Amino acid sequence: MIAISIPLEHVLVLAAVLFLLGATGVLVRRNVIFQLMSLEIMMNACGLAFIAGGARWGAPDGQIMYMLVLSLAAAEVAVGLGLVLQLERRFGHLDIDQASELNG
Amino acid sequence: MEIVLFYIAGAVTISATCLVVTRLDASHALVYLIVSLLAVAVIFYLLGAPFAAALEVVIYAGAIMVLFVFVVMMLNQGRRGVAQERGILQPRMWIGPGVLSGVLLLEMIYLIASQTATTAAVVVPPRQVGIALFGPYLLAVELASILLLAALIGAFHFGRRYMRDRREGAE
Repeated sequence: MIAISIPLEHVLVLAAVLFLLGATGVLVRRNVIFQLMSLEIMMNACGLAFIAGGARWGAPDGQIMYMLVLSLAAAEVAVGLGLVLQLERRFGHLDIDQASELNG
Repeated sequence: MEIVLFYIAGAVTISATCLVVTRLDASHALVYLIVSLLAVAVIFYLLGAPFAAALEVVIYAGAIMVLFVFVVMMLNQGRRGVAQERGILQPRMWIGPGVLSGVLLLEMIYLIASQTATTAAVVVPPRQVGIALFGPYLLAVELASILLLAALIGAFHFGRRYMRDRREGAE
């Protein structure tokens, strides 16, 4: 099994790039499915930063925080996709601006 | 040099993620997202976290993305969705968020570059992770399970109404 020492700042820059790509996606896209995918990208970037921090100290804590992020992402996707189905049924399309008319 | 592997995986991740954000067809974006997640799993492995890499493949690329695939196939947007996206998405919409994100990125790079460190070249085995997970972090595990239960109930509620209305619409 390999574990190589990678410069920590490079990993963190990669995580920052991924996070901001996801943030740009959330801001620009109006289709709910793409926004959910961008949120997944952002959470994945957070997980990468946690793993990098854990690898810096050789400790398991980073991986444990990653697992908690993973369960949060799973919960968010389950509820989010349920909302996507409701949105599609009510309006026939997935434009997030239409969600302001949701009630009940 | 094994460190080249990290840069290759990072380049694959960033380019796949750019494609996810810019695609018009949801199913294409999903496939690129899976590629990006697999590349991140390679990075986890290189960072000495084999268990996290396995979880990334099994849960993220496996379970969560399959949920997305199910919903995209169920909604069956196809060409209609692409046409809709093309109507919504003008190129000038990228300018504002792109500039803001670029400024944030420059700030982050400046802050990160002001201190240097390398990751320790040790593998943290799953055994150690498990001992910590069910020792000091036991409360976090319980909270995560409550969160998942709440999400399960929420998803069941939304999905049940969706299926009931669909059935009534079919009759």
